[in-house]
Amino acid sequence: MSLNGKRILIAKPGLDGHDVGAKIIALALRDAGADVIYTGLRRTPDYIARVAVDEDVDAVGLSILSGSHKELVEETVRCLNELDAGDIRLFVGGTIPAEDHDELRDAGARGIFTAEMTINDVVAALDAELSA
Amino acid sequence: MTDNSAPRKDDAEAARREPPTKPSTATPSGIEVPPVVTPDMVADREPEMPGEYPFTRGIFPDGFRGRLWTIRQYSGFGTAEESNERYRFLLDQGQTGLSVALDLPTQCGYDPVDPIAKSEVGKVGVSLSSLAEAEILFDGIDLGGISTSFTINGTASIIYAMYCAVADKKGVPREKLTGTIQNDILKEYVARGTWIFPVRPSMRLIADTILFSYDQTPRFNAISIAGAHVRDAGCTAVEEMGYTLANGLAYIDELIRRGGDVEKFARRLSFFFYVHMDFFEEVCKFRAGRRLWAKLLTERYGVKDPKALMFRFGVVCGGSSLVGAQPYNNVVRVGIENMAAVMGGAQSIFTAAFDEAYQIPTEHSAEIAVRTQQIVAHESGIARTVDPLGGSHYVEWLTDRMEDEVMKVIDEIEAYGGVTKAVEDGWLQMKIAQRASERKHKIDSGETVVVGQNHFRRDDQNDGVAELFKLDPQASARVIGKFEKVRDSRDNDAVTASLSALEAAAAKDDENLMPYLIDCCHAYATVGEMVATLKSQWGEFEEPVRL
Repeated sequence: MSLNGKRILIAKPGLDGHDVGAKIIALALRDAGADVIYTGLRRTPDYIARVAVDEDVDAVGLSILSGSHKELVEETVRCLNELDAGDIRLFVGGTIPAEDHDELRDAGARGIFTAEMTINDVVAALDAELSA
Repeated sequence: MTDNSAPRKDDAEAARREPPTKPSTATPSGIEVPPVVTPDMVADREPEMPGEYPFTRGIFPDGFRGRLWTIRQYSGFGTAEESNERYRFLLDQGQTGLSVALDLPTQCGYDPVDPIAKSEVGKVGVSLSSLAEAEILFDGIDLGGISTSFTINGTASIIYAMYCAVADKKGVPREKLTGTIQNDILKEYVARGTWIFPVRPSMRLIADTILFSYDQTPRFNAISIAGAHVRDAGCTAVEEMGYTLANGLAYIDELIRRGGDVEKFARRLSFFFYVHMDFFEEVCKFRAGRRLWAKLLTERYGVKDPKALMFRFGVVCGGSSLVGAQPYNNVVRVGIENMAAVMGGAQSIFTAAFDEAYQIPTEHSAEIAVRTQQIVAHESGIARTVDPLGGSHYVEWLTDRMEDEVMKVIDEIEAYGGVTKAVEDGWLQMKIAQRASERKHKIDSGETVVVGQNHFRRDDQNDGVAELFKLDPQASARVIGKFEKVRDSRDNDAVTASLSALEAAAAKDDENLMPYLIDCCHAYATVGEMVATLKSQWGEFEEPVRL
């Protein structure tokens, strides 16, 4: 299992300041061989999409714990599509109730990660998606 | 909450994992504990008494017999009307203090109509964009007879100004106000993320609130120096106490720089921590913290007034020690943490609800959390005598060890160049991220036991709860509607005048901004407008992103 050569943007959209999960995942993906870029806090979907395109990433991981995941995922997908970057895989992690998962998948999220998943599971899921 | 649609590989791994049969031999902070502690292993010292320096055993001679701790549940969501209704419910259930949760736009200084705020209005707390909303939030609640705590930092001075203004309007004298604003910006840069301005003007604003409060609202705590969030972000109990005391010392230095008298303002400093699951480490963390703070103020600043040396603190039982797997187990966890908080001598306690790991509590789960405290207070008998664990060989030994380890953390920050530098460089943030990563690996590997999550699972376990909390989807629209109405009906000349005066005062380093902010609130200036005015003078914090 390796993410060698993959470029991944970890982003914090909206105003939520809980960045532990985002940082743990960023460190873990780097350990797994990926080139990881972390945006820092309070970024708009539009900014995140532009960085994703400028940095030519394979995947974007959004970290959201404020309950605004539906709006922020939809908005990020819209911004990526506007930049013709719909091929960039979108993932979302954070406090995401199970009942919202289908809706997020329909909106374009390729994977949904919560605090109780192990890091190995998260890396494996990304590996599977990005090598498909 | 986990996605249960398909069994995960690691679930199967956890189910197969050999269940632990023996306790670990070290505390989560890494202190190796002997199988038995004998009297000769405990430092020889004069018998200590509660209410006397260095306050190891507590700040009051009679513990909880004089006054029980404040039962204070964190609550607030949606519109001011809905939160007001929940507060009245909690007060009717015997809660003795309010704790206001504010939404992220209010915490970060954006009005609800700001493009970056739109999706977050009323989500994690109540939207309080102007005095008009505060008047609704506290409608029918006697501000002179209740203490109110606000978890607010970046905009703490503004919310405090709003509280003074709403008291003015209700005819409650300011000197009768009791409560707390968190107002601890240093830990926001490190862990919680609702910073707005650069570090130095933020420190000035905090000094303004403390100095103003000492004069005008002498029973109100203008700061609650918080270790809770760095703890929840991943650091150990020792680091939680160490970083918090280091921040406390930094605020003292800033206040002295502004000409404050440490003997006076130190009485108004209070603290705030998490209580996690390791029972004795938590109890000893508080005993050690009380002793060390009193010693530091005496030795470094020459403080003599015993009241100024007293380490007063509130706690949260829960946080990241609660998990979504088998969520009803969280009731037991909170019960144990509640007992540790009482044995540690907390002044106010918030017990989290069992479903708080993933949602705003329902009325049902919130009630169980309050009842937990009442059971501990009135059935368990542990509040009967002060510091009931004092004199235990193990507790005294561990208290001493914790004190030594906490002091090492403070020394390390000072060796780096102090808290402000450590925060501006992103050094502390990086250390905490690394610690969080270590903690996650220990849970993933099963070394740290989390019952129901990484050990003692069933393949078919249901991680859901029966009742889900639903935010009213129209709440945000109603907040925005009210906001626009306030903006259209207020006296805009008065708003402009009050904001201009604020701007001029902010440009001067030695002017206390609190009176200007209260004037802005009375004129119905919005939180977003006040913050934008201050940003025009001070700029914004630039987050150092280091991994």
